[in-house]
This record gives sequence, structure tokens and C-alpha cells, in this order.
Amino acid sequence: MLKSRDLFMISFASVFGVLLAATYLADRFITQLPEDAKIVPIDLDLDFKLVAEAYASVVAPRDGKFGLGRFATKNELAAWDKDISPDGTGLPVGSGDAIDGEEIFSERCAFCHGDFAEGLDNWPELAGGLDTLADEDPVKTVGSYWPYLSTTWDYVKRSMPFGYAQSLTDDEVYATVAYILYSNDLIDEDFVLSNESFFDVEMPNANGFIIDDRKISESHFWNKKVCMTDCKNDVKITMRAAVLDVTPEDEEF
Amino acid sequence: MTDNFSDKKPSRRQFLAGAAALGAGSSAAGSLSASGDDPLITEVQEWAQITGDGVDATPYGLPIEFEKDVVRRNVSWLTADTISSINFSPIHALDGTITPQGCAFERHHSGAIELRKEDYRLMINGLVDQELVFTYEDLERFPREQHVYFCECAANTGMEWAGAQLNGVQFTHGMIHNMEYIGVPLRTLLNEAGLNAAGDLKGKWIFVEGADASSNGRSIPLEKALDDVLVAFKANGEALRKEHGYPVRLVVPGWEGNMWVKWLRRVEVMDKPVESREETSKYTDTLADGISRKWTWAMDAKSVVTSPSPQSPITHGKGPLVISGLAWSGRGAVKRVDVSIDGGKNWHEARLVQPGAKMALTRFYFDVEWNGMELFLQSRAHDETGYVQPTKEELREVRGLNTIYHNNCIQTWWIKSNGEVENVEIS
Ligand code: HEC
Repeated sequence: MLKSRDLFMISFASVFGVLLAATYLADRFITQLPEDAKIVPIDLDLDFKLVAEAYASVVAPRDGKFGLGRFATKNELAAWDKDISPDGTGLPVGSGDAIDGEEIFSERCAFCHGDFAEGLDNWPELAGGLDTLADEDPVKTVGSYWPYLSTTWDYVKRSMPFGYAQSLTDDEVYATVAYILYSNDLIDEDFVLSNESFFDVEMPNANGFIIDDRKISESHFWNKKVCMTDCKNDVKITMRAAVLDVTPEDEEF
Repeated sequence: MTDNFSDKKPSRRQFLAGAAALGAGSSAAGSLSASGDDPLITEVQEWAQITGDGVDATPYGLPIEFEKDVVRRNVSWLTADTISSINFSPIHALDGTITPQGCAFERHHSGAIELRKEDYRLMINGLVDQELVFTYEDLERFPREQHVYFCECAANTGMEWAGAQLNGVQFTHGMIHNMEYIGVPLRTLLNEAGLNAAGDLKGKWIFVEGADASSNGRSIPLEKALDDVLVAFKANGEALRKEHGYPVRLVVPGWEGNMWVKWLRRVEVMDKPVESREETSKYTDTLADGISRKWTWAMDAKSVVTSPSPQSPITHGKGPLVISGLAWSGRGAVKRVDVSIDGGKNWHEARLVQPGAKMALTRFYFDVEWNGMELFLQSRAHDETGYVQPTKEELREVRGLNTIYHNNCIQTWWIKSNGEVENVEIS
């Protein structure tokens, strides 16, 4: 632990440091000057050191820090820091192909996602839907929609299978992801997916996303002059929820 | 239009029950003459003679049985399983702005887990000077803040894109709650770990994840993290409920609910976003041309009349009627709400109970004298950035029908002359 909890020993210099640090950090939106620190007199009289020590011992953290928490260990970091980025950062060494993947998938995934990753009942489909995104009912799957393969690896590793997450080994994840890609016709069955071949796979919708543009494409929703009287002539019902009748019924209590 | 209601409709049943309970006299609005003695007054009632429950009858109280229908409800056809699903706050029956935790909507991706405070750990890692681990007790030793914020699922009103579907404001607008949080600003914790290692803070990110099986990881710009994001452990004065992330959740004011990671276990400072499943496959908005918007975090300004509404019909007949609703904006405070009773022909400024607060629900009222004619009720929010809540048509023009998320359109309730209310779309 680098950080000293011994605030009683805080010196005149470090109290002054707290004030400087706090002001500086406030600029970076990091911390507010502690309320009570403001009343520490800035003109130095003989008692200042004592006064400062008294206040500091009550409220002011050294360097805007509180000396709480402890260092994370290497193993702890390895256990939790598992996210995989689009550029492959975080991807472990390993490999697997769709043939191995099919076996794992049919045992541990297919009863929800279907034998061919096509989805069962209301459970998500993971394959198909290519070129449907502009249709009336787009089918969004790993193949048709996901822009990055890293996302599939990351999600399968940490969140699936549903009900027993984080149970696949790295090689099993490579194989299962390969099977999902194969089900989407994105790789051949003998393609070995590994940390090295990862970027040989092209995701069809990689360029299908734009960053939130509402402030531009919807700028007309801002500062519009709203009409308050006689804004339209006619009001007719064009659709009724009761006709559709999909609202859950009231349960008997 | 025919009034062809099937009797299983919640609105119908509640309507009938309400009308019967209130009796015929209640429709004689404006008339002060009594139609006879009221036995509730003239006869000594049981509750005025015998005694009631002692203290401790319920060490932690639930609402009285007469309110037992004011509960979260689920739309079972939406999802395969309640473990990864959503339910809806009963906003038709609530008033004011604070949502009681016990009926505040839930959204889980792998179910609500039970995590003891003693077993709770929060890791701060990545581009920080010191990678740290905090216990729950540690968090309680940092200076705290208190804020009221709404949390709205990006999919709120999402089932209504293609047309009026669900007949109840609980279902159309109930993926929202509003609570008073106590917590530690995330910037305090990031500062504790030190951000010198991150270099220029501009353009940097954090990745946050939960301790549950879904982990629900999301990337958030560091700028937002250092601004108003809160690591919260209390809501409405008490510990968070299990279903809202006990013991610790992230509060990301004004931004879509999926980012408010529950059971928060890790915050990583990063160069770039992770592009996790929840920010690519989900919570991205596909436009008519098949191109999708990503990083649409802010919840646009929105409002809705909560009563009268399909689950809260008019049962008192003609005369004074309180039109009550909620307004909010993820970009700041609500400045004004307009209400129309004629489907948008004419608009009137509603009364805000209190000046709008940033990223928090605002209650509005519009008090009218109802003449028993059919109404088309609408409300329109304005926020402090000048944003005006659009109509569904205006939204569809830009976004098409397939964006699923971020439907903040003006809602129309059709009030029939008998007081029943239905979700409709109008020309
Ligand atoms: C018990 C049913 C079940 C099993 C078994 C299961 N999943 Fe899932 N899967 C789900 C559910 C439910 C979701 C959606 C979860 C959510 O929305 O939070 C999902 C989501 C996914 C997604 C993301 C879909 C999308 O479009 O966003 C992928 C990929 C996936 N599962 C892969 C797998 C793999 C690989 C396995 C086997 C190792 C597996 N699943 C096993 C139920 C299951």
C-alpha cells in the first residue's frame, strides 16, 4: 500500500498541496475542493500549521485521495479483465474449427439456439438474415448484423451458455464461434479459427454502423416553433391497440 | 367506431369495478344535493370500534391489500424466458415522481442474483496509476452524493413503432423508474486509482461490467464517467433491491438503462470502446436503409399522460378531471409540457408541479372540466436544450419502423364518452 492513512501526520506543505491538487483536479472534473478546506486561512499566521493540521485530520484527503482500497493482484486482474476489443486486444492464444464446434454447439447451445444456430421458439437466432437489414422485418444475427467478430468471442466466453456461463475453455470458444460463422456461411468447415486467423474472417455488416447523428439528422426537433392553436383540421383514428389485442390480461389476485 | 371490448381487458374490468364502487351519485357532478344518508357515515363502522394491527405486524411493510394490483407486470410474449426479460412499472397508478423500489421495473439479462455486501468487490483497472480493489465497506467511506435520476430502458415504447399495440401506459411507457440515489461519484474512485496513466483524458473510455452471469458490459466515454456517473448503493433511502443490483449499481444520468450496470464489479479505463454485445447486437438503432446508429446513449425528451389512460379510466363522470402525467429528458431538465385534449388541434401549457430537474422525472397536471365528450389526449415535452418531443410520424420519417429503441413519440389516448380509454394512433 503506497497510500498512507496517517492523516494526523499531515504537514503544512501537504495541506497546501491538497488545496493546489484539489483546485487542479476540479478543473479536470475530478474532485471538488472539500467544503471545510476552504476555511483554512491562506495568510500564514503562526497558528496556521496547527489549524491546518486540525482541519486536515478531520476532512482533507492527501492529494485528493482517501487511501482506501488495495492493489489488485495479477491473478485477480487475469480473472476479471477478460474483455476482447475489436482490434483483438485480450484475445487468448487458442484455436478451434467448425467441426469441433458443431459437437459443442449441439450439446450445449442447440437446445436454445437450434441445431444450425437458426434459433428455437423465442430464443435468439445466431445465423441467417443476410441482406435483410433494410427489410420490413430485419433478421439480426451474428452473421447479418454484428460488426466485429471480437464481440462474438467475448460474449460466448463470458455470457454463454445461458445458465452456465464461463464454462467453455478458450479452445471451445474458438470452435463454437467457428461453428456460428460456418452456420452463417462466413467460413468453410475446415477453417481453423485462432487468435492468428481471427482477422481473416470478414463480417458482412462491419460498415453498417454510424455514430449517433441525432443532433444533425434530427436537428429539426430542436428549437422548433410549436403551434398552439388550430394546428390541424381533422383528427381520425388510424389504429387501435384494442383491435390488436396483445395486451396481457389482468391477473386475478 | 364500435365499442367491442372483450371482458378480459384490464381497462374494462377496472372500469366496471371502479364505476360500481363509486355508485351512481358520483356522476352527478356539480350537484351538491345528497341522494340519502350515507351509511358509511351514519352507521358505526367496524374499524371505528375494534382495534387494528399492532406495531410490528409487518416489520417491513407492503402496500395495503387494496393496492395489490399496483405491481410490476410482464408481457410474456416479448421474451423466451423471465430470466432474460423485462417488466413494467405501474405508472398508471403512481403519482408524484419517485418510483417505489418494490414496483420499479426490472430488466435482467441473466436473472437477479443475490450478492452479499461481504462478497462484493469492485475493481478499477486499465489505464490507471494503481489498479485497485474496493470492498463495499470501502465505498461507504468515500464522500457521498445524493441525486434523483430517471432510469429508462432504451426499448421503452419500443413495441409501439409500427402502431398502437399495448393498451396500457404501464406497458407502453413503464420501462422507467425514478429514484433518489446515494452513492459515490465514479470520478472519486477513478481519481483514487489515478488517471495520469491515461494521459490525455479526451477520447478515452471506461468499460463497466456486472458480477452476474451476463456481465452486461458497456463502454462509456471517460468524459461522462468524470461528469455525473454515480456508483450507487442506496435508493429512496434504503439499500438497493436485489433486482436493481444490490449492493451496488452504476447510475448513468440521462443515458439508456442498459448502461446502468447492476452488481457493478469492474471499471476499466481504456483507449477505445469494447464494442460489446450490448452495444452492437443490441441497443443499436437500425434505420430504414439498413444502416444502424450506435452509441445513441442519451434518452430524448419524452412525456406521457399517466392518468387517465387505458388502465386508469375516468370513473367519476363529467366535471372536474385531473389529467396527470410524467415528463423527462436525458439531456437536462424539462422546461415545459403542453397538453392537447383534441388530438393536437390545440395545445395548452400544463402545470409543472416543480421546476424540472436534470435527468429526473417531472410531474405535470392539467386540470379540466370534462363535459363527457370523447377526447384525444396528448402531451408534448420541451427540455432545456430546446428539444421538442416529436410526433410518431416525425420520428418515423427520420428513423423508419425498425429502430426498436428510443421511441419518444407523442402518445395519444382516446377517452371515450363513457370514460374508457384506449391507446390509438390518429391522423
Ligand atoms: C438455455 C438457453 C440457452 C443456451 C443453452 C445457450 N444460449 Fe445463447 N442465448 C440465450 C439467451 C436467452 C440469449 C439472450 C440473452 C440476453 O438477451 O441477455 C442468448 C444470446 C446468445 C448470443 C447473442 C445473440 C444476439 O443476437 O445478441 C449468442 C452469440 C449466443 N447466445 C451463443 C450461445 C452459445 C455459443 C451457446 C452454447 C455454448 C449458447 N448460446 C447457449 C439462451 C441460450
